Parts: sequence; structure tokens; C-alpha cells
Amino acid sequence: MYDYTDFDAAFVRERVAQFSAQVARRIDGSLTEEEFRPLRLMNGLYLQLHAYMLRIAVPYGTLNPRQMRQLAMIAETWDRGYGHFTTRQNIQFNWPKLPDVPKILSALADVGMHSIQTSGNTIRNVTADHFAGAAADEIEDPRPVAELLRQWSTDHPEFQFLPRKFKIAVTGSPNDRAVTRAHDIGLRMIRNDRGEPGFEVIVGGGLGRTPMIGPVIRDFLPKADLLPYCEAIVATYNMLGRRDNKFKARIKITVFENGLDKFRALVEERFQALRPQFGGADQALLAEIERAFAPPDYVQKPLAPYHAALTDPVFRAWADTNLSPHKNPDYAVVSISLKAHGETPGNASAAQMRLMADLAETYGHSELRVSHEQNIILPHVHRADLPALHAALKPAGLATANIGLISDIIACPGMDYCTLATARAIPVAQEIAQRFDALKLEHEIGPMKIKISGCINACGHHHVGHIGILGLDRAGVENYQITLGGDGTEDAVLGDKTGPGFAYDEVTDAVERIVRAYLEMRHDPSETFLATYRRLGPAPFKSALYQEADANAA
Amino acid sequence: MSRKFTPKVVTANALLEGDVVYLTADNRWSRVHSEAELIEDEAIAELRLLDASARDSEVVGPYLAEARPGPNGPEPVHFREAFRARGPSNYPHGKQETQNV
Repeated sequence: MYDYTDFDAAFVRERVAQFSAQVARRIDGSLTEEEFRPLRLMNGLYLQLHAYMLRIAVPYGTLNPRQMRQLAMIAETWDRGYGHFTTRQNIQFNWPKLPDVPKILSALADVGMHSIQTSGNTIRNVTADHFAGAAADEIEDPRPVAELLRQWSTDHPEFQFLPRKFKIAVTGSPNDRAVTRAHDIGLRMIRNDRGEPGFEVIVGGGLGRTPMIGPVIRDFLPKADLLPYCEAIVATYNMLGRRDNKFKARIKITVFENGLDKFRALVEERFQALRPQFGGADQALLAEIERAFAPPDYVQKPLAPYHAALTDPVFRAWADTNLSPHKNPDYAVVSISLKAHGETPGNASAAQMRLMADLAETYGHSELRVSHEQNIILPHVHRADLPALHAALKPAGLATANIGLISDIIACPGMDYCTLATARAIPVAQEIAQRFDALKLEHEIGPMKIKISGCINACGHHHVGHIGILGLDRAGVENYQITLGGDGTEDAVLGDKTGPGFAYDEVTDAVERIVRAYLEMRHDPSETFLATYRRLGPAPFKSALYQEADANAA
Repeated sequence: MSRKFTPKVVTANALLEGDVVYLTADNRWSRVHSEAELIEDEAIAELRLLDASARDSEVVGPYLAEARPGPNGPEPVHFREAFRARGPSNYPHGKQETQNV
């Protein structure tokens, strides 16, 4: 596990001290809200509908047990006993009080965590494949590169006032689990003809009000050129990006309006100038970081307990959905579902956090990950330990066997918390999950990604959901628009809008009509929803969605 | 033609807790929607909002929200204001914990 350097630790402490003084001055009236707002946002503190919200960075989604326990302590001491894991691999607390925030930040600093650059027009938390360092299909662990990017982007003087926020995602595997094509910069590790690892560089992807699948700006970037090339992209954007219109300020618009060729030419020019300036210092640092991300000391022991447990149908169902192939065949990557049917997607109680921390220590080489799909990952678990792990997760409500299924829904906080939201997202997710659980259809349906956003900013990634749901305010009433066929993988596609939206209490029925149409039309159970949709196109799904709705209305 | 003015309340979030508050007729910040002053006149509404904006050390982001008279005092009109007056729907947190809302 990478430990922050003394330099990092001192920087975080200094920031806590500064912000503590700023909070004190806001409370005693020396600072107005206008003056204080940018300061609090620099430290991840938002004001939401009912309370403040503190967003804490979890760099590339990696946590150790001590950090997870500290989050539990914070949840219990200064919040409402739970935390919300987000689609950017961060954690948010929904109920902190302003005078307590310095204490929370200080407690975070004790375990090398902070809220720096979780808001504002800066380079945000760098996200990565949540199976990093473990996945069987991985070329290299992407986290050293993500850590290098984090160090480079943190407090980078040139990039503190970009035209708009800037998000980078990295995957070390050709199979993209980090939605790289929907990021300002996406980095997908591939090998060139000579077998050397490098990156396919994607620029100007993004969801939000103008969703775009990012085009490839460089087919193959040697690993050694990563930092100067990323700096060239951000510097070009910083000069060229629009500051006159907030809605046109993201890099996706800059690339779109200038054209990829022009943008690329400017980046390459800048890159040629920057590359010599790095002088290899970045590579020396990267080599040092890579040593800190060495794989764990894998153990060897008989697999008999695992094979014996497979006769238990409950364990078997969980193993079928919640385990992914590990590069060590005796090991598995375990996804702990934070999507128990009817619960809030991505939420974990303090008790659950502590249990996951304990289990990571006992069975998982002390590593935890936050996934952008709002689940927790134990990346390294020996298969012999899986039955004991499953048994320990079960009583805590953490053994739901639904990863990748219809109830494993991404939902943003929506209008239950967020000031930007135009409709609720959480209760829609809760009802859909409960419906399909009651119907006992979820395993028959198979792979299905439902993603729900409570406004067009698309924190819930609805555009890339197989079924995407977008909550809007239509004349003072919540209304939900459905998109179909979206995909967030390396073959990323934006979903197609189906047509008129649905009322809050019609959404679950609408989803059920789509799903039943799929079950009828698929060739056989091996043809997934997405494959069936791609084969047949939107028409039969739309007709199932609307004809029946019309029939009900008539 | 300008739109007909609809009744409003002045609402904001409390500086320390972030909780939703409403300006009362006697210039208190109440946590309860029904205690808000229902303002029927546009010019008065603008003035009351100015008053509220000057109280920067007590509240954050005051604005005028649509409301209508109810049996126990003003009620929210838009669903966003109804959620603000109640709390989130996934947990019984916020105002619904202590009030019968």
C-alpha cells in the first residue's frame, strides 16, 4: 500500500489548519458567505438541501482498513452513522455541521485522507479500475500511474483555475471497468506491436448535459510520456477552453468546437516543448511509487473449503455473481454489494464499514476498493477463505448476490440530498430493486446495468446504463426519461432516448415492461439484454414500453 | 404582461447546521415551514429577501420560495420545497425526525 510522503502529510495538515481558521472566521462573521464559499469548496464542503455535505477523496478508490475504520468513526461521531460511496470512488457524508468540519478533516489527515480538489475547477480525484492490481485480464496495475497523476495534479499552480472541473480515469486492462471514454482524459492500458505497455489516450469524453463518448487523441502513448502528455492536454485546454459559458466550458466542448485534429496538433506541439523539461524525474518517482504497489504475499493452501461450499446454493449464487477472476487462480476478486434490495445504493453504515475493514484484514491482505458502481471490493481473497468471508458478510446485510444484475443499480443522491437535482433517484432505485427481487427474476434476466441520475449532470451515469433513467422536473412534477442500450465499457455507447417520460410512480412498471420484452425476444438466456438490444434495435422495446402504457391509459 | 405574483416565503439554510430555515413575520429563523411569513405582495417579498440577505452571519443562500396558505400556516408548493421541509425519503432524517411532517 502506498503511504503518503512527509511532504504530502505536511501539505494536508497545513490545509486543515488553514481551513480551520477560515471556518472560525466565517462563524465569527469576519468572512461573508461570498468570501467563504470558494474556500469551503476547495475543501470539498458543499451546502446541500438539508445540510452540509463533505466529499472525501479516495484516490483511485483504494482504502486500507485503518482508513475505513476512521470513516466509520467519523460517520458515528459527526454524521448520521453512515457514508455514501459515489460514482467517482469518493465518499460523502451528508450531515456534518460546519463547526465540526475542521475536526473531521483533522481525523482524515490522521489516516492520510483529505477533501482537497474534490470540488472546484481543478483536476479532481483520479479514478481507476476497482479491480486494479488483481484482475486476471490486467496488463499492469494502473494505480502507480494514478498516484503519479495525483501527485502531479495536487495543488498544481497552473491548474487551480481551469475553465471547468477535470476528471481523469485510468484502467490497466483492455477491458474498461473505469468508464474511461466518459472522462475528460481517459487512459486505457494496451500493448503496442512490440508488446510494450502504454496507453490509448481518450480526450473530451463526458456525460452531463452534452454527453459525448471521448475520441482517441493518441492510439498509443508510451508509459514514460504520460505525465508530459497529460500536462500538454490540460495546458491546451486551459488556454483554449471557454470561460464565457459554464455549459460550454468542459474539455469535451473545446475538442468538439475546435475539432480533434486541431486540438491534437496543439497538444503535440505543447508536448514536444514539455517533454524535455520533465527530464526523467517523473519516471524516477514512478519507479518508487510502483515499488509501493507491489502485489501482496499470496499464500498457498488447499482449495477444498471453497469446492465444498459450492454445494450450498446460497454461497453458489453469491460466488456466481460477486466473484471475478484474479490473476492468481487460487484467488478471487470479491465485490461486496452495497445494493441490498431496498437499501440506498452506495451507502454503508459505520458497523458495515468496520466489518469490511476487519474482513479485509483477515481475508484480504488489508486492501479495500471503492468501485464507481458504488460497491466495495476486496481485491485479493484466497478462494479457501471465501466461505468464511461470505458467512461473515451475511448477517451484516453485505452478502447480496447481485453484482452486475438488475438490482445493482447506480443512483446519484438526487433530490433527497442534492441542490442541483431535479428529481429523486434513490427511491426509484429502491423500488426497482425490490420489484425484481419480489418477482425472483433477477438471475434469469442476467447482466443488466440500470443507472439513475436525478438531473442532467448525470452523476448517475444514466447515458451509459443498459437502461438509463433521468429524473427531470416537468412543470413542477417529477418525470423520468428512459434511455436504452447505453454501455460504459471500452465499446462505450450512449443510450437512445425512448420517448416521453414517466411519472415517479410509473417508472418501475416501465422498467418491468422493457425487461419482460427482453425476456420474450432474446434468443436464449445467454443473449444478454445489451446484445438483444443491439440485434433488434430500439423499436420493439419502445413498442413494449409505450403500447402497453397507452393501453393502460385507454 | 408580467406573470401574476404568487405568495412566497423567505427560506435559507442555517449557517452552522445547514438545516433549512424560514423567515417568520417577527424576524426569527424558524425550522418549521408552517411558521414562515407568507408574503402576498411582490414588493414586500423583495424587501424581506433583502433583509434576509443582510443576515449573512446566520444563514446561507436566502431566496423566495413559492408557498400557499394551509390550515396550519404556509405550505410548500413545489416538490423540491416539500422535500426541504421534510427531509430525505430514504431515511427518517432531517426535519421529519422531530416534526410531524
